[in-house]
Amino acid sequence: MPLAYVARRVGMFFLIVWLAATINFFLPRLGGQDPIREQLISQAALGGNVQSGLEEMIEIYNEKFGLNTPLWKQYLNYLGDMSRLDFNYSIANYPQRVMEIIGRAMPWTLVLLTTTTLFSWVVGTLLGAFMGWPRAPKFLSFLLPPLLSLSAVPFFLLGLVLIYVLAFRMRLFPLSGGYSPGTFPALTPTFLQDALRHSVLPALSIILVSLGGWALGMRAMMITTRGEDFVTYADAKGLKGRTIFLHYAIRNALLPQATALALVLGQLVSGAVLVEVVCSYPGIGNVLYEGIRAGDFYVVQGIIFILILSIGLATLILDLIYPLFDPRITYQRT
Amino acid sequence: MSSVAQVLTTPEQHQATRARSETARGVLRYLRRNPSLGVGILLLLALLLFVVIGHLTVDTIQYRPLSTRPLQPPSLELPFGSDKQGRNLYAVMVEGTPLTLRIGLLAGVIGVALGTTLAFISGYYGGLVDSVIKTVVDVGLTIPGLLILIIIGMRVRGGLTVDQMALVVGLLAWLFPARTIRSQVLTLKQRGFVQVARLSGMSNPEVIVKELLPNLLPYLGASLVGSVSAAILASIGLEVLGLGPFEAPTLGMTLYWVIYNAAIINGWWWWWVPPIIVIAVLFIGLFLVAVGLDEIANPRIRNRV
Repeated sequence: MPLAYVARRVGMFFLIVWLAATINFFLPRLGGQDPIREQLISQAALGGNVQSGLEEMIEIYNEKFGLNTPLWKQYLNYLGDMSRLDFNYSIANYPQRVMEIIGRAMPWTLVLLTTTTLFSWVVGTLLGAFMGWPRAPKFLSFLLPPLLSLSAVPFFLLGLVLIYVLAFRMRLFPLSGGYSPGTFPALTPTFLQDALRHSVLPALSIILVSLGGWALGMRAMMITTRGEDFVTYADAKGLKGRTIFLHYAIRNALLPQATALALVLGQLVSGAVLVEVVCSYPGIGNVLYEGIRAGDFYVVQGIIFILILSIGLATLILDLIYPLFDPRITYQRT
Repeated sequence: MSSVAQVLTTPEQHQATRARSETARGVLRYLRRNPSLGVGILLLLALLLFVVIGHLTVDTIQYRPLSTRPLQPPSLELPFGSDKQGRNLYAVMVEGTPLTLRIGLLAGVIGVALGTTLAFISGYYGGLVDSVIKTVVDVGLTIPGLLILIIIGMRVRGGLTVDQMALVVGLLAWLFPARTIRSQVLTLKQRGFVQVARLSGMSNPEVIVKELLPNLLPYLGASLVGSVSAAILASIGLEVLGLGPFEAPTLGMTLYWVIYNAAIINGWWWWWVPPIIVIAVLFIGLFLVAVGLDEIANPRIRNRV
């Protein structure tokens, strides 16, 4: 892999991360006021036993981002904090650090998103491959309308319906949450089983919706590939249908599917955020929702930064892996 | 590649153009060949019909809280029942559906207009401007728009009106059209008729407006529908997270109240079934129309969906 290609992708990654930090810094400060400062002060005014800690926080905040400090210095301070992943304390749950809260929620989201994405990508791609193949069983074509409709609907909308039907009506799964109340997260078999039961509904709503998208994309690519000369040639050569299907059609149609994975990553994450809110799943999305409701800027900024960082990292990895699979790709910039 | 595409598309596009210019029967005949467009338009018309009939049969002012007794299941008097704060849910749907559409349309138009302008500048002129715009779009598309919107939404908390919301969503809606339309401009500008126009002394802006734009119209239509759908999705996402216009009865705000009051696990099904159906019909309709328009714009992908 030429160095220039790697360097360009890595540069892109840092650009994304820098942009995320910059947006986080400037957007809340648009219009001259500093809502974070206001929030801190109003929270401190509420009093309570954590007040002295909050006052200390305001002092530190004023030193770093106060009116006496010029904007460029505030900005540099902020970039420094972000590069050390220091998101400060949660304003609403004061003694807790934002990074602690994120660290607790992140595994939930990570597991939910990776398993559902991989599962729906693999199954959807296979399904689409068969649907785009003329010699495939006929019943597959009946799957098209439901898959098509599902793929157009947002994740969380399906989540709401599934909660009602499967959890509220049929009582097959728990109504909400990530584990039964009263239990504590631990890596024991009973807890894992409990967590698995709780994650079925959010997972199902992500899988069912994205399955359709992947199947449709793969089907379209299969139909295009089917018309290519090399497939006709393979057919004329007398190759077995199975060989053409597996080695000529699927292999070539698969590549855009892999690219699409990198492209929809962002949409997947924002979709998952809303699913978590709807299912009260204890992941990043739910923490974000709580943070928004409490006006907790530190939590919201921390989560947004971490999410963009993760997406940037995942895109970088996919970008670097992709040329290994596709010999046709050129490394030159277009 | 482009010359092959030209040979393949021109007669088909021609056919498509003729079908549209014919009478209503021609349109119907075309819709039979392009069923996704037909079904999609039908779904959207059904929504429109619902809104029109609704406006004739209910006093829409009842979307406000305290207009009727709270938590009534559907009855003759209240066909969709009422919510916990005493909104007449029929009036909420009738008033809210066009509001959500309005957000989507405004944001979509802003997005496509901005995106098209940038795409033409970037794709047609090339050079440094192109590199800058391309990089900005690549980076911007990696970052989920919803996250940026959340920061903006928190800044202007509660003070957001429906139109401001559309504006905010529209500010990020140009990225995707900019990318897709740019690639179309890149292939189109290599075509013979553009070269001829340039050689015959047309100025660059003239070429863009008179030669490129008309040829991209079906494509712009498809990307407008896509943008509207994306904008509605983003606005509903913001609203569900509690960053929407609290006073307005949009579909997303209705869902916010549904989740806020845990209407699902309380068994108040009439509260959330209508908005979910309307949103689903809206998205499926827009998706099908986009697929159908794509087919007009790019007949090579016929039979794809």
